[in-house]
Amino acid sequence: MKRYRGFFALASIITLAPILFPVNYFVTVVGVSIAINALIAVGLNLLMGYTGQISLGHAAFFGIGAYASGLLTTLLSWNPWLALLVGLLATWLVAELIARPILRLKGHYLAMATLGFGIIINILMVQPTHITGGPDGLSDIPVLNILGWDIDSDIRWYIVANGALLLGVWVALNLINSRIGLALRAVHGSEVGAQMMGVDIEKIKIKIFVVSALFAAFAGSLFAHQQGFISPDSFSFHFSIELVVMVVLGGMASKYGPIFGAAVLTMLPETLVVFEDYEVLILGAIMMGIMIFLPQGLWVGLSQKIKPLFIKKTISVEPAGG
Amino acid sequence: MKRSVKALVAGFALLFSINAAQASDIKIGTFLAVTGPASFLGDPELKTLQMYVKKINDEGGVIGRKIKLIHYDTGANPKKAVNFAKRLIKKDRVDIIVGASTSGTTMAVIPIVQKAKIPFISMAGSVKIVEPVKKWVFKTPHTDKMAARKIFIDMNKRDIKKVGLISGSGGFGKSGRGQVLALASEYGITITADESYGKKDTDMTAQLSKIRATNPDAILNFGFGSGPAIVTKNIRQLGIKLPIYQSHGVASKKYINLAGSAAEGVRLPAASLLVASMLPSSHPQTEVIQAYKNNFEAKHGPVSTFGGHAYDALYLAVEAIKRAGSTNKARVRNEIENTKNFLGAGGIFNMSSSDHLGLGLNAFKMLEIKNGDWSIVE
Repeated sequence: MKRYRGFFALASIITLAPILFPVNYFVTVVGVSIAINALIAVGLNLLMGYTGQISLGHAAFFGIGAYASGLLTTLLSWNPWLALLVGLLATWLVAELIARPILRLKGHYLAMATLGFGIIINILMVQPTHITGGPDGLSDIPVLNILGWDIDSDIRWYIVANGALLLGVWVALNLINSRIGLALRAVHGSEVGAQMMGVDIEKIKIKIFVVSALFAAFAGSLFAHQQGFISPDSFSFHFSIELVVMVVLGGMASKYGPIFGAAVLTMLPETLVVFEDYEVLILGAIMMGIMIFLPQGLWVGLSQKIKPLFIKKTISVEPAGG
Repeated sequence: MKRSVKALVAGFALLFSINAAQASDIKIGTFLAVTGPASFLGDPELKTLQMYVKKINDEGGVIGRKIKLIHYDTGANPKKAVNFAKRLIKKDRVDIIVGASTSGTTMAVIPIVQKAKIPFISMAGSVKIVEPVKKWVFKTPHTDKMAARKIFIDMNKRDIKKVGLISGSGGFGKSGRGQVLALASEYGITITADESYGKKDTDMTAQLSKIRATNPDAILNFGFGSGPAIVTKNIRQLGIKLPIYQSHGVASKKYINLAGSAAEGVRLPAASLLVASMLPSSHPQTEVIQAYKNNFEAKHGPVSTFGGHAYDALYLAVEAIKRAGSTNKARVRNEIENTKNFLGAGGIFNMSSSDHLGLGLNAFKMLEIKNGDWSIVE
């Protein structure tokens, strides 16, 4: 049960936030964006943080999920849930197909290949104007319905998006704590070493790539229904970078770091708007500061700095008590 | 503990009193692409809004109340636009929204403003924004559909029947291409070729050679940025002597400078603002346009048509609030829809329940480039 302590803490924060601040813009509106971004970041962390493989193309999977939901529900009037399922299947297929050749690459080459993939998918969204709406985007995506419940208000979306996030975190935790999780970390440590220990590194890399793509696609489907409108701008190379920054900023290979990173990176631009023209400057300075002083990421870095304070206390109390 | 409670109460009281004081202001919300790829739109738009809001306030405000402009920078990102629109509606509780520089950011927020029932005047180009009509959504800039019609009418006059089309692959070029293809037959014009080029292409001779092979009467280019200038140069380099038509996307001096002597004789539809100094004094818009141009140029340098769209959006809103006599959202919306003969920088607006743009084809002037400058054809 101990390993799920963090999970319950996260769940309570998510539940308490809207109860304490029911009409707060940052909770009910930004909170949905955070949950969706965090869901992708949690998936990407499995690939980047635990397995040590970079992807600069995750916005593409997010986009495939979103466009599958958007296109199937508007053009063919499918049931949103069926569309979501098909989106996941399509993502699975695409991820499996490109993972085979791409994951043989390492380091910069892998980064380049995933980057290229992301750009190709983006072009595929822009070009067929008559189907995807091109750069003007796709509008009138219907609302999601859960058991007769229309998900059409901010607070309902807060519940659904954060529910999805918790589900995703649960899956990720179980993966990390399983034999597969150990194998992933072994691959990260040393591919040769892992192979020597009997890990099928090619297979496991493809598997985790697909899983992390599915996280992104699932988030994409939710995003399409939440926004009611999607356009290629939301799935650009720029967003792929943002996702990587979320993972790195929060702390790679930490269970809750990416969620923290997603929250910070989504929240910061929203809060910094008060500085108007200097907004981007300040954001950049904060990022640089974090990377210089907490290179392991915010979550890991801060908890390492805070933990000794508590531990010292317990040590100083012990002799007095006994 | 008690003292801190007192301080807290006092703090809240202060907060509420500030809120109460602000409640008498008319809050106009805007979200523009001031930074990022579309900053050439957002920057003059924001400057225009700030300049004129200040001017209105200095002159005593509207219906006895000051205007407060609340602005967020979207960087042309639709995701950000959605959150900012919600923020304007839910947190800042604005009375009306003007803004969104790009079609993408406009389309993204339409579901939100429709649901929140708040009047929204967009400054973006796409015809999709107002077709089909959405109850709470209006816009000020001319559409690519109007540009295409204007060009075809001019072609009819010159007896041009076959047109080779080349368009940019960006949002503007693609949308324009769609309108050209859809409307051509209405004017008895056949499109002999349909070529395109990428945003960063530096040579279009291959596409133009293909177009030449189809034997058209004229070449039409729908595009934005440096592309159209290269197309113009390439056409003349290939020795093609056909008439060239460009869209309103090149309506800036930069195009003439880039294309040089190749631009001679090129025709394009453009807003009157571009040729403000050449307008006859009898033209109804002359006064408005001259005033806007002088005001803007005194403070910020060369005027652009984009800032003019912001001017129109702001004054459409202000006039509607004046007529409504309040900021009641439904009443203001009705008054915007009832706008008649409003003289703006972009043209004369006549809105109705079936037309939320309200500009006629006469809002465009057909221009020809002569001796490195604009000249009015009609």
